[in-house]
Amino acid sequence: MFRRLHKSENTVSVSIDGKPVSVPVGLSVAAAVLMEGPEPYRKTAVKETARAPYCMMGICFDCLIEIDGEPNQQGCMITVSDGMDIRRGLGKRRIGD
Amino acid sequence: MTETAEIVVVGGGMFGAAVAYGLVCLGHDVIMLDEGDQSLRTARANFGLVWTQAKGKGLHRYHDWSVESGVLWRDFAPQLLEDTGIDVKHRTGGGLDILIGDEERAKKQQYIDEMKAQAGDGTFDVEILDPQQVQDMLPNIRLGQEVSGASYSPHDGDCNPLRLLRAMHTGFQHRGGRYIIETRADRLSHDSQSFVTETARGNFRSKKIVIACGHGINELAPMLDISAPNRPQRGQVLITERVEASLDMCVTPFRQTNEGGYQLGNSEEEVGFDDWTTLEITQQIASRAVKAFPQLAGVRLVRTWAGTRVLTPDKCAIYDESKTYPGAYVATSHSGVTLAAINAKHIAKWISTGETEPGFEQFSASRFDVSKAA
Amino acid sequence: MPSFDLLVIGAGPAGMAAATEAATAGLEVLVLDENAAPGGQIYRNVEAVASDGGAVWDLLGDSYKHGMGLAASFRDSGIDYRTDAMVWQVDASGTVAFTANGVVETVTAKRIIAATGAMERAVPIPGWTLPGVMGAGAAQTLLKSAAILPEGRIVLAGSGPLLLLVAHQLAEAGANVAAVLETTATSNYFAAAPYLPRAIKSLSELRRGLEMRRALRRHGIKIVSGIEGLKAEGDQKVSTVTYEVGGQCETLEIDILLLHEGVVPNVQITRHIRCDHEWYEPQRYWRPVLDAWGATSVDCLAVAGDGAGIYGAKSAEAAGHLTGLDCAFRLGVLSENERNAKAKKWRIEKRKSDSLRPMLDRLFSPPGWVLVPADDETVVCRCEEVTAGEIRQCVTLGAMGPNQMKAFARCGMGPCQGRICGLSVVETIAAARGQSPEETGYYRIRPPIKPVTLGELAALEN
Repeated sequence: MFRRLHKSENTVSVSIDGKPVSVPVGLSVAAAVLMEGPEPYRKTAVKETARAPYCMMGICFDCLIEIDGEPNQQGCMITVSDGMDIRRGLGKRRIGD
Repeated sequence: MTETAEIVVVGGGMFGAAVAYGLVCLGHDVIMLDEGDQSLRTARANFGLVWTQAKGKGLHRYHDWSVESGVLWRDFAPQLLEDTGIDVKHRTGGGLDILIGDEERAKKQQYIDEMKAQAGDGTFDVEILDPQQVQDMLPNIRLGQEVSGASYSPHDGDCNPLRLLRAMHTGFQHRGGRYIIETRADRLSHDSQSFVTETARGNFRSKKIVIACGHGINELAPMLDISAPNRPQRGQVLITERVEASLDMCVTPFRQTNEGGYQLGNSEEEVGFDDWTTLEITQQIASRAVKAFPQLAGVRLVRTWAGTRVLTPDKCAIYDESKTYPGAYVATSHSGVTLAAINAKHIAKWISTGETEPGFEQFSASRFDVSKAA
Repeated sequence: MPSFDLLVIGAGPAGMAAATEAATAGLEVLVLDENAAPGGQIYRNVEAVASDGGAVWDLLGDSYKHGMGLAASFRDSGIDYRTDAMVWQVDASGTVAFTANGVVETVTAKRIIAATGAMERAVPIPGWTLPGVMGAGAAQTLLKSAAILPEGRIVLAGSGPLLLLVAHQLAEAGANVAAVLETTATSNYFAAAPYLPRAIKSLSELRRGLEMRRALRRHGIKIVSGIEGLKAEGDQKVSTVTYEVGGQCETLEIDILLLHEGVVPNVQITRHIRCDHEWYEPQRYWRPVLDAWGATSVDCLAVAGDGAGIYGAKSAEAAGHLTGLDCAFRLGVLSENERNAKAKKWRIEKRKSDSLRPMLDRLFSPPGWVLVPADDETVVCRCEEVTAGEIRQCVTLGAMGPNQMKAFARCGMGPCQGRICGLSVVETIAAARGQSPEETGYYRIRPPIKPVTLGELAALEN
């Protein structure tokens, strides 16, 4: 859904839903998933409706995503880091460990 | 402006709505009066329990009354569904009150012993289960190490309290009940012909009147010579984000709602009518919840809530009719959800025909005079 | 618990200016901001973009570049500054709770300035919850913070200065902007005309607006004015946008729809601390009641910047200086005369940059069909997926205001706590009841104003 303006030199390796991807340093998790997919970004906990981030500034909470085992984090507020395990939330989150 | 009805119900909360709904089901012409959007509204802060195990210390009739209501709930929920299309998500199958630490367990055991003694020949079906027994009842969530057990009653359950309120209101209006909002009852009187409810909008005249307005009862009930003393007691509630179904039974004070969020309590504060929340209590409730269910540690709190319970002196219901002005009734307790079924059935019937259940006279507030005299 | 003279929440232009001014006067200041770098929304990521230089820096123009100077002064001032700090409770006693790096912390301050700015107004059209529909500001944020562009065919729709600006920036960056659909009603021009003379002070801004229209046309971008009946459709993501103009219905095939109907103050902090608020009719939003220096009706709290009312970045910066100076006076490090003397130039600056607003606010007053969704199926509360039809049905049942509505329909009960749906719910209820939004009221907001985990709260005991 999105593409980078110019080629990036500095990248980090993350995985999205288990698939390894290289993303530019400094991207938010939400931006990374919008760039690399898969779609839809998430499904709601209420009716499992397809959603994607709307405001990109921490207000709408449509960017909720699982990062390193912790569900429902605001993807637009967190920057990607090397080795990050990103997984989409496709409904109600599971209870913790 | 003067409007007339056969019966005026003052209050549109759990009590008012249940009684009003029950009355229209019996074919009566009813007006239900309610305040505005910012009013105190205890009925926005219910926990949702249909609960019996903690009821009736000091008045065993009230314990049995709660159990009876629990039984009536089995028909009440389907009736609401049929009448309104709203599923209030009533669950039965028993309820657990989680105990943390040995002191809580000991206190609970003492309470159970006292209640069994109070019951005499009657019943009090509550027992303490060991942590393993509790864990077996909750296969999809792990109990914390500090859990020392839980008190269990097979009669307990829960429902969705906001849906319940909405359903009772919907049912009331579908059957022709008139719901009048933003209309606070300022003065009640009787003018030899009718009861007169004076409000800023005008007067309401009725043959009968039911004062079921929670905190407003202290001011209004004495105007028709009935007593139903009550005081506010704040309870704070935490609600989490929605989680996959993990808590299989009705549990207090940590309950998973039908939507998936965990609803966490329990607090009791004497702070007057302040219905705001505090960090101190929020922190205490969160801490206890994580002790009970460590897997909740990573779950997010998305909102806090508070309500002011309408608490009678012995925490048991007050139902009474004015001796000076027959036809004026008062009904209150802090357990509006549990009692919704019996209020809609037996209390409506009492107001309609005067017929009462055995031992009903024990619910009069005159019981407080008796204890004073003694 | 750590204690400060002044706590500033937000490191945008208002926050940075207030903190710098207060620190210069001699106060001990702490700044908390939820982002990783200063700049707020308007100057988001300005330090990184400046140091990269390149296409994005050129694209964003002089007004953005101004943020670099602000950020540099702010850093140089040596003020205590915590990034990635999410404030979730501000108490009237001056205690603030926030989470940083998964740990809950509390601090206390004699005065607190909330400089948390504004957010885009929600635009509840049919289909606005489809993936691929975003705020225009969101696309600009992605450009600033990540140098990324929407792919495929883009349409922007709405009104307000930001709409054309974003369209222009995206087009210049090489995005495929197909059309800009303006919802501004013709009648708005007449309503705004009386305020034009006052706006002459900001003539350069007006000229910039006209230049942008010309530039967009040069890019081959269709600009359609006075549209109505906006609708997004698609299966799992947006694929078409439909609109009505001149009695005709048009449909465009698109990949991305960017909506914008102005920005509104973010009142979460002022609401949950129970400040007095007032309704601002020309732009249909609630804002805190403030004195001339930004002080609210709650003793320890002041507001500076767009959180006080929408006046833009330059006004926010001036307001920050004024509020910072007032805090210094109230805490006894500046005399009243000193405060007033230093404030003079910022008052002039603020008056100048405010001068455009009365006209803009009326010109870009959001249309009624955007404020209140006519179609019953349109989602109003995104978090709980509550539709306009359900809200109207609850009004007939007696849900007379937003708090009853919360109990009846669950709107406002999700993680966003009514930030997105609040104004729309109030407008929908008001319209259904035939009364003003002001009479209808607003949600009661309780802490935490951002989600905290139960474990983080439990740990606070220790």
